[in-house]
Amino acid sequence: MLFKGKVFKYRDDVNTDEIIPARYLNTSDPKELAKHTMEDIDKDFMKKMKPGDIIVGEKNFGCGSSREHAPIAIKEAGVSCVIAKSFARIFYRNCFNMGLPILESAEAVDGISNGDLVEVDTVKGEIINKTTGKTFTVAPYPAFMQELIKAGGLIKYVAKK
Amino acid sequence: MGMTITEKILAAHAGKKEVRPGDLVWAKLDIALGNDITAPIAISEFRGSGAKKIWDKNKVVLVPDHFTPNKDIMSAEQSKILRDFAREQKLKFYFEVGEVGVEHALLPEKGIVTAGDAIIGADSHTCTYGALGAFSTGVGSTDLAAAMIGGKVWLKVPEAMKFVFNGKLPKWVSGKDLILKIIGDIGVDGALYRSMEFTGDAIRSLSMESRLSMCNMAIEAGGKNGIIEPDEITKKYLKGRSIRKPVFYASDKDAKYVSVTEYDASKLEPMVAFPHLPSNTRPISKVGNVRIDQVVIGSCTNGRIEDMRIAAKLMKGKKVAPYVRTLIIPATQAIFKQMIKEGLMEIFVDCGAAVSTPTCGPCLGGHMGILAAGERALATTNRNFVGRMGSPKAEVYLANPAVAAATAIFGRIAGPEEL
Repeated sequence: MLFKGKVFKYRDDVNTDEIIPARYLNTSDPKELAKHTMEDIDKDFMKKMKPGDIIVGEKNFGCGSSREHAPIAIKEAGVSCVIAKSFARIFYRNCFNMGLPILESAEAVDGISNGDLVEVDTVKGEIINKTTGKTFTVAPYPAFMQELIKAGGLIKYVAKK
Repeated sequence: MGMTITEKILAAHAGKKEVRPGDLVWAKLDIALGNDITAPIAISEFRGSGAKKIWDKNKVVLVPDHFTPNKDIMSAEQSKILRDFAREQKLKFYFEVGEVGVEHALLPEKGIVTAGDAIIGADSHTCTYGALGAFSTGVGSTDLAAAMIGGKVWLKVPEAMKFVFNGKLPKWVSGKDLILKIIGDIGVDGALYRSMEFTGDAIRSLSMESRLSMCNMAIEAGGKNGIIEPDEITKKYLKGRSIRKPVFYASDKDAKYVSVTEYDASKLEPMVAFPHLPSNTRPISKVGNVRIDQVVIGSCTNGRIEDMRIAAKLMKGKKVAPYVRTLIIPATQAIFKQMIKEGLMEIFVDCGAAVSTPTCGPCLGGHMGILAAGERALATTNRNFVGRMGSPKAEVYLANPAVAAATAIFGRIAGPEEL
């Protein structure tokens, strides 16, 4: 997959309450959830972002609650992918299971500033900062995760068995 | 080479003789849990997969506890999805308002989770059950849906960190303080992807309530699970309660840990986590003058009978400070009833505290005690992120029930010794 978008960069430990506050969790409708994406860390995120844009976090992105509503909101908002130095484990699983592309790369995060234009090639495992011209390589997903992707996600994988 | 308790439980559930950190396994589950926020998505995915019947009607547990009794029409619709599904699938463990409690207090109390189990829950605090000597971890709704279909979960066997607490705990220092101390030391990702094993004579002396409270917050350090080896206290708690025969595992002497950290328990104090991370901790002696608008005593972390007894003992015969709201939320109906029996309800009401039916309520900013901009709460809950209890401009401080009780009386963060 190929993505290109403007970067919205945040700090360490962005938690799922900031991504989608619990006060909006009385629904699981992706469209309703998406309206409030990143609301408690960046109130105007939904006004500023355009479909295809990219969220970049430092370490431990997505910590806290297990709510899958967080990656659902990000995906439905039109964010193409999330890049971080590390992801909290439940958030990482959730992204994989529901299909929000995420990439782990400390070098890329250090080499990307807020507002940069970034291109991501998940097949080649490349992150290109178009603003600075720098390219970063990303380690491929573990073999098991690739199997899940090939099957079309966890539910399809399990249903087949 | 030996295995840790976590590795042994995962090996047993993966049908293997041994597992090592980094191994990817499919583990058979004893229990899969969902609540009124996470289960609606799981149920929708279950239906979307074409599945008709769940894997085991005795092992999928649904607990509508977050926005119940339902706070608005939309949350009522979410709960209805659970209720309809429970009826259709003939679930043995679905708890209606009136018998529902906060999930991680309710499941151990009812004996639905036990030692040696492998458990997942679509709720991050599912790690609570490690206190019983089970492997238990939080997952998302899709993982729950997959478990509802096939009864299994994929897991990477975690590396383990050992935390040893030696010596005698001072009065008023509880499991909550031990885990806050650890989180303060290692940070909110200090145990990311790892198993946290708590041991030492101070842990052995902890009540089951205090152990549950400690393991509950393993996720706040990023941990995959928190776990305490079963002992006599565990066995006594599980006796006559467990619906399955418990299996007692222990870590081998030569099990491998990525780190071993030792603490002198006798030197610890009650801890307070300042906004806006559970790792932003200070001992009570270094808190300073922090005025408080609301105190919450409850949640899956500290809403158990021992917590209520501690708070009531300190608040008896006193009055909540002027302009301070104090909310007492017993985590289950059994705790609620026990509070009536022991006269704790009378103590709380007499001192001007509001007592609520069991609910997660304000802990996640759901309902029943939401904060306005600029307000501060001290809570016995588990998270103090921005906006966690209402306004993104409010603040939440975390502490144990003794500190919460003293804080309610003084209207500022205070230690129980001050009373």
